[in-house]
Parts: sequence; C-alpha cells; structure tokens
Amino acid sequence: MARILSLAEAVAENVRDGDTVAMEGFTHLIPYAAGHEVIRQGRKDLFLVRMTPDILYDQLIGVGAARGMKFSWGGNPGVGSLHRFRDAVENQWPRPLEIEEHSHAAMANAYEAGAANLPFAMLRGYIGADLPKVNPNIKSVTCPFTQEVLAAVPAIRPDVTIIHAQRADRKGNVLLEGIVGVQKEAVLAARRSIVTVEEIVDELSPPSPNSVVLPAWAVTAVAHVPGGAFPSYAHGYYPRSNAFYLRWDEIARDRESFTAWIKENVLDARPEDFARYAAQTSAKVA
Amino acid sequence: MTDFTPTEMMTIAAARELSNDDVCFVGIGAPSAACNVARLTHAPDITLIYESGTVGTKPDVLPLSIGDGELCDTALFTVSVPEMFRYWLQGGRITTGFLGGAQIDRFANLNTTVVGPYDQPKVRLPGGGGAPEIASNCGRIFITMALSKRGFVEKLPFVTSMGHGEGGNTRERLGLKTKGPTRVITDLCILEPAPETKELTVVSIHPGVGREQIVESCGWPIKFAETVIETPAPTETELSVLRDINARTRKAHEGTGPGKEAA
Repeated sequence: MARILSLAEAVAENVRDGDTVAMEGFTHLIPYAAGHEVIRQGRKDLFLVRMTPDILYDQLIGVGAARGMKFSWGGNPGVGSLHRFRDAVENQWPRPLEIEEHSHAAMANAYEAGAANLPFAMLRGYIGADLPKVNPNIKSVTCPFTQEVLAAVPAIRPDVTIIHAQRADRKGNVLLEGIVGVQKEAVLAARRSIVTVEEIVDELSPPSPNSVVLPAWAVTAVAHVPGGAFPSYAHGYYPRSNAFYLRWDEIARDRESFTAWIKENVLDARPEDFARYAAQTSAKVA
Repeated sequence: MTDFTPTEMMTIAAARELSNDDVCFVGIGAPSAACNVARLTHAPDITLIYESGTVGTKPDVLPLSIGDGELCDTALFTVSVPEMFRYWLQGGRITTGFLGGAQIDRFANLNTTVVGPYDQPKVRLPGGGGAPEIASNCGRIFITMALSKRGFVEKLPFVTSMGHGEGGNTRERLGLKTKGPTRVITDLCILEPAPETKELTVVSIHPGVGREQIVESCGWPIKFAETVIETPAPTETELSVLRDINARTRKAHEGTGPGKEAA
C-alpha cells in the first residue's frame, strides 16, 4: 500500500546503490525533482533504464551516478546530442558507462512483458538492422504455429521505477493524463515505485472510467512535489520549457559549466524550488 | 516567383509527397515540418501520428520534441507508447513513415547510432528510437535530409534502420512485404530507388540546381534516371504556409522559459 512521504524519505527508502532504476516519461511528466533528489543523496552505481534518456539522465551520467544504461534513444529532443552521455561513451568521463541499446518498439514491449510478469517480449523487429550484432540481449524465437522468426528481448524488471503524475488522493491512488508513455507498465514491472505528483486531493475523481489510474496497492511511495516534472511538463498544469531544453545544450557542453550548474541547481537546491520554476514557465505562456 | 532557400524547397517538395489518404508516422525535425505543411496546404485530412502516442494531431506550431503538449492537445486521441508500437505500427495500420537521419547510403539504409566503431565511437549519436520498426512496418517510407558528402556516404558505419539492405530483393528475402523507402527528398533533388537494383537515383532536380552540384555533394558516384524532371518551384501559398509555421514555432519555443536558470 502506497505511503505518502516527503521526496527525501521516498528516495532514501526505495533507491539503493547498485539498483536498476527506471525514471520514465516520454517527453511528458519526466520526474526531474526525484532524479535530483537521487543525485543529492549520492546514490551510485545505478543501472539506468529509459526509452528516451534526455536531460535528466545526462545529469545523472554527468555526476557519475550511473554504471550503465539501457535505452533506445539518447538525445536532447529537437536540439541535438546529450553532451554528458557522449562524454561518458566517447571519453569515459567521469566514468565508463556500459550501454545496452534497443529500439523503442523493443523497449516498450519489454516493459509490457515486465508488467505482465513474462520473462521476455517478442516483436517483429530489428529486421536488417545492426543492433542485434552489438547487443547480445537481442535474440530470436520461432513461432510454434507459423514458424515465423521474431525478435526477442528480456523483460524489463527494475528494482525501482520513478515517475511523475498529475495527482494522487490521500490513500495514494494516482492519476496520469496526456502522453502517458510507458509509465504504467514501468511501475507495474518494478519491485518498488515512487510517484511524485503535482497535487494531493481528497477525491481522485478520474475524468473517465478508462482513465489511467495506478491504485495505491500497486505503488510503494507517493510524494507531493509541485512542478516536479520541470523543465518537461505536466499536462493541465504547466507547459514544457523548450527554452530550457535549448539552453541545456550550452550548459552541458563542457565539464566545468555542467559541474557548476549541478552544484547550484541540484546539490544546493531543494524539491520545493520546482514549484517556482514551473510557475515561471506558466506565467510566460499566459 | 518569390526567392526561396534550398531548405524551404526541400520541405515543400517533401510535403507534396503526402496526400489526404495518408496515415503518416512522423519523425521529428525536417519530416515534421514537411508533414505539417502538407496538412496546412493540400492535405488537410491527413492523419499525422507521433511516436509519443498522439494520433490525428494538428499542431499549430511545430513540436520541438515528439511529445510536446501541443501534439496531445490537438490529437484525436492519445495512446500509450506500447499500444502505439504494437497495435498501430506493428499492426500494419500506418501507410507512410517519414524519417530523417544523420547518414544514408545508396540503398537508403540509415545511420543515427554511431560514427566510428560501435564500441569506441568517434561520435555517439542519439540512436534508433522508433526508426528500425518504422522502416520495416510502415507501408512505405519517405526520407528527407540535406544532400552532403558527410550525410550521403559510400558505406555506413552502422545500419540503424534498413532501407533496401544490399539492394535488389533484400527486403523480400527477409520476409518483408512493405515497400521500404520509395522517395528521398533532399535540398537539391529527389531520389528514387531504381526498380531492379534499388540504388537511389536522381529523378527530379530542384530549380536552379545543376547536375555537377549534385554529383559533388554526394559521397558515392550518384546516378541519374533516364528521364529527370525539374521540381516545380514552391508556390506563394506553400512558401507563406511554411514561413508562417516556422515563425510561430520560433516564437513559441523561445517564449516558454523561466528567467532564471533552473532544473
């Protein structure tokens, strides 16, 4: 049953050194505040999992918190490279990063297999592509009915999945809306989960009987962190700060400016700061 | 006739490839611009799908990422990412995939993974994302990217997504029933795979571009089809639609940032 905790408590109790951690969010609802708390608490040797590692994983990699990463697209969307990720892969700075690379279709299927408690996922994928030559975790299975050969990848089973959502009720039931990505699958595939939310309300009141709801009994911890997805966005609350994604390119380009930025905006900052950042973005748009 | 840039010509030529009947899986960047120009000119009923799960989206400004809020706000409906890839893409519901890439070879295979060896890359690129399965599961593929020696290469260091493989009947041999890349739209010309060999061949040259310029900009000895036409110049309407959406996009992306550096 979900416990409603402070973000610091939720991370301290649920994220351990060496864990396989998925902080999911497909452009939308990326759990930045929680990721920063993981950095502040000095977690290390993490194996990161995410379909679209963007700025948040660039930050975790750049501070040396990750020993490896499983992913399918590692860039700053619409802007270019993740410079800290590139520095780790090309120059092993600040430490080598083991990578396990897939396609989006394979990762999405692998999360779904994890949620469904299956050992692997299959798909009609990777045909003619080179990834199977460099990733030993891409294999094949033959359909017992048609003999068609399909790609097979292991299910994703994180030790802990961390996501951000719009709201939770006081029992810890969680509602997600908008681009929901693979968050539901990622939470259900994990042993433990942390959900940060914009609001905690008396009644969840899902807008439709088909709304995406994660019940309290499928979530480990809920933390109230308004603005916690900034500079990504929370549908219905604040827009994406595309300007920040553009600016990250400069900040992350060299090691010194990156390190200075992390000190000021992560190590010396607090989860409460996120509400202010997000409010500024909303004000600019309004 | 108004002046236009090679990039504008590329986007407009790419937009013209699409019709109202297309259900199109849209890549970010140049493909996204082309697909939305098509929607705002001759193909108002086209269905645009982004891999973030947004279906039938009609953005007023071009998204910076494949999951901007604009896409969800203007979509007919939004599904989860596993549903997107399983039911809609692998299910065979998408007629056209529109891709870009860092590098392409003469058989329209694409690389967006690494330059140099995979284990010790000279340049680590973002990776494949949705492209490997978009390339195999959509009915046909359009590709748009600027023609340059760095981009159009003799041999790819890595095949992120297959076009026509080694040429000829590679796709059939691998059991694929989809067409693969049928048009490659560049800033200088339009290429099509030759019917038998599947080698990319120039079929249309943009106004004001010479054959030599094309030859010099391509990393392999590029061939020209027997009949090569001139691409019609952009119309006033096409240009104004493209420039308007680009202007709205620039304004929107610069406008949504906090004053202080944050997060």
